Amino acid sequence: MRTPRRVWKTLVGTALTAVMLFPVYWMVNVSFTRDRDMRKSPPSWFPADPTLEGYRAVLDQQLPYLGTSLVVGLGTVAVTLAVAAPAAYSLARLRPPGGGVLSFLLLIAQMVPGIIMAMGFYAMYLNLGVLNTLPGLIVADSTLAVPFAVLILTAFMSGVPQELLHAARVDGAGAVRTFWSIVLPVSRNAIITVSLFAFLWAWSDFIFASTLAGGGDHQPITLGIYRYIGNNNQQWNAIMATAVVASIPAAVLLVIAQRYVTAGVTAGAVKD
Amino acid sequence: MSRIVQTPAAAGPVTTSRDRRGRVAPERWAAWGFLVPITLYLAVFHAYPLYRNVELSLRDYTVRSFVQGDAPFTGFANYLKVFGDATFWPALWHTAVFTAVSLAFQFSLGLALALFFVNNFRLSAVLRALFLVPWLLPLIVSASTWAWMLNSDSGVVNAVLGVVGLGPVNWLTSPDWSLWSVIIANVWIGVPFNLVVLYSGLQAINPAVYEAAALDGASGWQRFWRVTFPLLRPVSAITLLLGLVYTLKVFDIIWIMTKGGPSGSSTTFATWSYRLGFGNLVPSFGPGAAVGNLLIVTALGFGLLYVRVQRRREAA
Repeated sequence: MRTPRRVWKTLVGTALTAVMLFPVYWMVNVSFTRDRDMRKSPPSWFPADPTLEGYRAVLDQQLPYLGTSLVVGLGTVAVTLAVAAPAAYSLARLRPPGGGVLSFLLLIAQMVPGIIMAMGFYAMYLNLGVLNTLPGLIVADSTLAVPFAVLILTAFMSGVPQELLHAARVDGAGAVRTFWSIVLPVSRNAIITVSLFAFLWAWSDFIFASTLAGGGDHQPITLGIYRYIGNNNQQWNAIMATAVVASIPAAVLLVIAQRYVTAGVTAGAVKD
Repeated sequence: MSRIVQTPAAAGPVTTSRDRRGRVAPERWAAWGFLVPITLYLAVFHAYPLYRNVELSLRDYTVRSFVQGDAPFTGFANYLKVFGDATFWPALWHTAVFTAVSLAFQFSLGLALALFFVNNFRLSAVLRALFLVPWLLPLIVSASTWAWMLNSDSGVVNAVLGVVGLGPVNWLTSPDWSLWSVIIANVWIGVPFNLVVLYSGLQAINPAVYEAAALDGASGWQRFWRVTFPLLRPVSAITLLLGLVYTLKVFDIIWIMTKGGPSGSSTTFATWSYRLGFGNLVPSFGPGAAVGNLLIVTALGFGLLYVRVQRRREAA
């Protein structure tokens, strides 16, 4: 009785997934389409005469943008962890008075619209002279991840067994030592989750890039794509090829770290 | 793009704070010491930009005074200017429609899919993971892909519509359709989040409740409306409230697909604010910041409501 119903569900599920992922397929399809076939009506459902023109354009023109995004992403991860991990340790294990207020502020900080932060940062960076610099963009991007990181790491570090910390203390380890040699290594999974999201958000950021780095030498890949779209002779195979390449971190993340991704999405919405 | 996190519940042993002579214990100094970086960080990179934004909105800035910092204080003049602007009411309406319609579709599609996936079947875990893809892609990737799919002449959407004898629709170039186009793309991006959160909400429901309902002879439809739906209400409320806060601030998708056009037909507060501050040759930072602040007040209003609902749930 049950088996046919389950096969049926697998088929329907596969069909639904296919519909949902159609735009992703289309992006790949267009990235292989020749310029002269681009305006064909109806469009080809498969890249019948595939071309690598689009990807050649990526190699020729987009590598500097990709490099910038990589640096910005890694820098954002570093800043995020450096600020968030000690804070989470303190909130989770040392419980200072005022910690609740701080957690509340972090929650609110996540809800501030990006455009408002961008305008504030623009005014601030203009005065400081750090517009169009990599450190400036890294710091701005890290504001996307820091509140999330503190809250996730705090939730995780609260669950570290008390006995472990107690043992460290008996052995004479102070707070710093306990944090560095016990809590951080034990929190590896949460740190991975946080790093992946921090990287992905920095990699995907458009609003800070366009306002704070739009006029500089170092521009991230989101601006690379945006400039392509803005060109008068929109080369859609090149645009879509860049989009495919820009999607690689998201794909890698999903393949190697799916459970961390799900953990990050649902963290806190539902009680375990 | 949405993401959620709860305030970690405070519990557990607290170190003795003061000794008999009223000195602060070393543990407490350590606790505060670890919070120094985040406190400075929040003050300099969260609070200060917000403060600058309020300050921008209360002064009459030009490009020159923006650099020199000597713009005259004008009180609420920028806000009055914004309220009186011809864009204000349409932008408010578009923001409301964009948010309400996006949420309605994201939530109902997410819930339907969560119900579909809740009983495991072959490949269900893999398929569920694949559903996350739209949520993980950079917004510029999703937005530009949708822009090309919705292209009037060469887009695949109009090609499909043509097969069944409809269209062509000028999705991005007609004022009647541009708002709907960005809503479609935004729903696509938001479904995975709703699916994942509602799915874990469904999993938290005790199966014994269903068995009891089945024993009482409840049909599948009754089980959903009388058992699942009420039990899922707290999670649904939180999903919707967060969705609301995050949909209000959507900027990338709209700006990349339509720039808020044609003729302002898909302009929301977020894109309007950006256009005032950065989208023109002569920026109007003051009014741009004013629009942004109206947006933040709305978002924070709903955000505080979310915190209340979440707290009440944790207390329960």
